[in-house]
Amino acid sequence: MNLVEYIKQPWPWYISGPLIGLTVPLLLIIGNKRLGVSSSLRHICAACIPANIPFFKYDWKKEAWNLFFVVGIFVGGFIASTVFKNPSPIKISPTLLSVLQQYGIHDYNSLMPSDIFNWHALLTAKGLFFTVFGGFLIGFGTRYGGGCTSGHAIMGLSTLQWPSLVATISFMAGGFVMANIFLPFILKL
Amino acid sequence: METAIVETNSDFEVRSLDALCINESELQHPWYHNIKYLFAGALFGIILVKAEIISWFRIQEMFRLQSFHMYGVIGSAVVVGIISVWFIKKFKIKTIYGEPILFHPKKFNKGQIYGGLLFGFGWAITGACPGPLFAQIGAGFTVVAVTLLSAIAGTWFYGLLREKLPH
Repeated sequence: MNLVEYIKQPWPWYISGPLIGLTVPLLLIIGNKRLGVSSSLRHICAACIPANIPFFKYDWKKEAWNLFFVVGIFVGGFIASTVFKNPSPIKISPTLLSVLQQYGIHDYNSLMPSDIFNWHALLTAKGLFFTVFGGFLIGFGTRYGGGCTSGHAIMGLSTLQWPSLVATISFMAGGFVMANIFLPFILKL
Repeated sequence: METAIVETNSDFEVRSLDALCINESELQHPWYHNIKYLFAGALFGIILVKAEIISWFRIQEMFRLQSFHMYGVIGSAVVVGIISVWFIKKFKIKTIYGEPILFHPKKFNKGQIYGGLLFGFGWAITGACPGPLFAQIGAGFTVVAVTLLSAIAGTWFYGLLREKLPH
């Protein structure tokens, strides 16, 4: 198996996790930057629609690196799904598969189920819930909480900050409640 | 001269609200120095896709305790991060520009609980945290652009309501 074929397979956690961890020293060393993605959403607000809100009145250009970083993530997503595209359908846990089949999810070819996430479904109640409402909660919640998985769970825990542990526990708890209690009900609709 | 310093500081104060990622670099560089972050982001994005962290299915498995994968990814990332930060502190490693690398403690506020819970809801619904949103769009799930716009709107409404929310 040549190298590209090897890279095309899904990467196991013990390869990808440490690589993500190494992003922390990489950003510190190349310019004293702290890993964090959700702040980019705030910089976009500050740059495009500050509307005289004090929270958005700062010099966002000083944080431009963060916008370059997220554009990079977009480019990386494109490269990984073209040059290094996994040719096989996604392997998911049999327990999850049997549950999702009951909820009418039948597309297991790629990383996202097209039954829920596609332009045709967007204007249905489910589509609005999963794309629009879910997105709103991400943006509102990450800023209210002061960070996301990268800023709190990875960067915050790496620097042993207990408020980040509180935030991480909180968003894990929120995820558990949503995935186990609310989503089964909503997916059945 | 003194006013200029005060202004810079107040700007820093505003920027550092509710964010762990504060830019402390005092150096002014031409814009193209930021291109290195584009490459860093691209590497990060490739890892997010290849580790299938951007997958809605993997996130459901994580929250339903049906797979170890995501716990392995986050856990090992944190371990490597802790070791790296320890190394940087211990050997006083500097940036490529020769600046010392600084760490600031994060203050606790109740927003970390309320906001964390709300973000957790959003994470389980969309199968994405902010990083994967950008990677999903790049990976061809174009409808996620709507999710991203909505997330920007969510951040904006937080900014609008910030003074009224419990912290």
